[in-house]
Amino acid sequence: MNTVAVARLIAAKDLRVERRSKIVTNQVLPFAGITMVSFAFALDKQNVLDTVAPGLVWLATMFSLLIIVQRTFAIEADDGALDAMRVAGVDPRAIFIGKALALGVQLLVLEAMLFGAAVIFYGESIPSEHVFASVVLLVTTMLSATCGLAAVGTLYGGLAAGFKGSETLLPLLTLPAVVPVLIGATKAVESAVGTSGAVVSEGWQWVGLLTVFAVAAVVGGALAFGPLIDD
Amino acid sequence: MSELSTPFSNAAPTASTTANDDSAGGAAPDNAEADVVIALEGVVAVLGNFPALAGLSLTVQRGEIVLLKGPNGAGKTTLLRLCAGLLPVERGTASILGFDLVTQRQLVRPHVGLLGHQNGLYLDLSVRENVEFWGRTVGASAQEIASAMSRMGVAERLSDVPVRKLSAGQKRRTSLACLVARRAQVWLLDEPHAGLDAAGRDELDATLGQAARSGATILVASHELERAGGLATRSVEVVAGQVVTDTNELRGSE
Amino acid sequence: MTTIDPARAEHDTERQPGPPPRRSTATRGTRIIGIGAIVALGWLIAFGLGFSPADRDQLESVRILYVHVPTIWLAYLAFIVTAVSSAMYLFSKKKSLGWDRAAGASAEIGVTFVAVTLAVGAMWGRLTWGVFWQWDARLTTTALLFVTYIGYLAVRRLGGSHEQRAKRSAVLGMIAVVEIPLVHFSVKMWRSLHQQATVANLDGDTKMDGLMLFSLFVGVIAFTLLYVWLMLHRTRAMAMEDLLEERGLDDALVARRAEAAATTLPPTSTTTSTTTTGSDS
Repeated sequence: MNTVAVARLIAAKDLRVERRSKIVTNQVLPFAGITMVSFAFALDKQNVLDTVAPGLVWLATMFSLLIIVQRTFAIEADDGALDAMRVAGVDPRAIFIGKALALGVQLLVLEAMLFGAAVIFYGESIPSEHVFASVVLLVTTMLSATCGLAAVGTLYGGLAAGFKGSETLLPLLTLPAVVPVLIGATKAVESAVGTSGAVVSEGWQWVGLLTVFAVAAVVGGALAFGPLIDD
Repeated sequence: MSELSTPFSNAAPTASTTANDDSAGGAAPDNAEADVVIALEGVVAVLGNFPALAGLSLTVQRGEIVLLKGPNGAGKTTLLRLCAGLLPVERGTASILGFDLVTQRQLVRPHVGLLGHQNGLYLDLSVRENVEFWGRTVGASAQEIASAMSRMGVAERLSDVPVRKLSAGQKRRTSLACLVARRAQVWLLDEPHAGLDAAGRDELDATLGQAARSGATILVASHELERAGGLATRSVEVVAGQVVTDTNELRGSE
Repeated sequence: MTTIDPARAEHDTERQPGPPPRRSTATRGTRIIGIGAIVALGWLIAFGLGFSPADRDQLESVRILYVHVPTIWLAYLAFIVTAVSSAMYLFSKKKSLGWDRAAGASAEIGVTFVAVTLAVGAMWGRLTWGVFWQWDARLTTTALLFVTYIGYLAVRRLGGSHEQRAKRSAVLGMIAVVEIPLVHFSVKMWRSLHQQATVANLDGDTKMDGLMLFSLFVGVIAFTLLYVWLMLHRTRAMAMEDLLEERGLDDALVARRAEAAATTLPPTSTTTSTTTTGSDS
């Protein structure tokens, strides 16, 4: 069994567990929604909301990421399955890629929902002059940002999973590390929806940043995950 | 990170059965050609700063079912986890299936199955999905998986039940089915009878007996002295991190 | 004691009882460096506060920079040492724990220096710009650097054996080497318009008066000596802590073996079990 096949197996298993338990759909997505609503309470002016909406979407994504990561490792901790995978000598790289893949899929669903919420609650819209270009930019942004977030989340989630007090360690490690994604994704989306006069073409440099980050995170994570979760 | 290696690498196990010849007290039976599966000599293992194993020596042949007895805190769990390749060997020598635990404990893991206080199962998935998952990580075929399930008695009416809904005994047997599907040669069971009712324990023993007959080597840590006495071929008492009595030794001296 | 198998000698090397314990972490070397640091700091005070002139624009508040700039440089040095030591631990054959101790001590000192940099910088900012903080690239990156290494130190305290701690921290140290440049680059992109009067302009800015440059130089020397002094003491203290745990292990081994011996007295005696006081694992 090669690494990729085992990774797919693990990703499928994770998604199957989520399909059965529906924790992310029933709890995390509503949490993200409530976060968006809370932002509206805190930033009461419509013009302010307009300007910062892209940033708020990614901010809500970051916070939800922390929760989904804890969930993805909680299913392993429930009955000692991650331990069992380590005992069984399953290739840690496969575990990393598999879990990151499943995490990424769930993140994409989350982001789509958050964009929808932004359209509804914050009145965001795509300028009609260049819908296609904007949509392409948006989708690319989502994909590249999600890769980076999933990789970093899985890496630090695995590290923190084994220890007491890990619920606070995870945010401490993850949030500084994903600053590039927060910056890049926000700017790219601002370009896509034309916030503050940003133009679509400006967005692609940020996608470049996101892609570099994603590559570094996936490669670095795959290498580091094994030693980090090992005894 | 040169120490990383996949369990599927083709590294030949180092022949380190010298530990067998040096074993103290002549505990090893006098048959150099016997298949020594576990060879521990003067092993020290620490949990934090505490020496859970304080110089433990043990030799186990293939196909044996060894009962580990001893009071709480004696180090039975630590011994099992060490044999699974989960803990570093602080001092002494240790080898499992020819793999040197000091330097190659990662390589031991695919061949060894540890069933501790937890079962290593995904509670939201069914029995079949769990066994399939574990089996597929080593490339087991559908027949192997089905056979593993039926041998451990969790096929038929249980196979599509979510693990969450099973009784403790059924979860244990599911876990064992996963071990079989994974083709583990050495089974390390930490108090598998705990939490089971009488019927559950009977079923478990029958299952273990079956597994041993098919060639698995089993170490069972258990408080169930009377019961496991029938199952085990050998009984080893562990106290304060060392082996203090070994029925092999006693038989040898008679 | 366990018989030492020669084949495992290198495995057991660090477990051998070492030379008799020292009473303190000071040696002739650290005394010399310490005195050097004090002298250099004295010079710094003399030049920084006294001999060097006030700046044309910033007046007296420029003097803060003689502390502020060296501390951030030393912090960068400290984190580089952490990264290099982490790499040495991971990739060397022997995996000596000394590398891990160096990485940890250097990170601790680095974090302290960054904290000083930020605090002192905030004072300077208040005096020159009128604000304690600005969201420019350099400041933001420095703040993120600070938080990142706080995370590193938190991971160091997660527990486990020395080797586990060392491996985990070393991997994290290497991750930081990748993380920090990425964060820095993205923040720079974010704030691609620099402000004119930032600290950045003063690093080696040849427009500075000769005496001011000299004071800065003295500051760098003083803080470098301080860094070395702190490193020596801290790594030695860590080594002694580790040694203490090792000795604790030997004593605990003896106690545990005695426990076993005590409970294997004649099986008819049932009172022996009450003498065991070892903690449950």
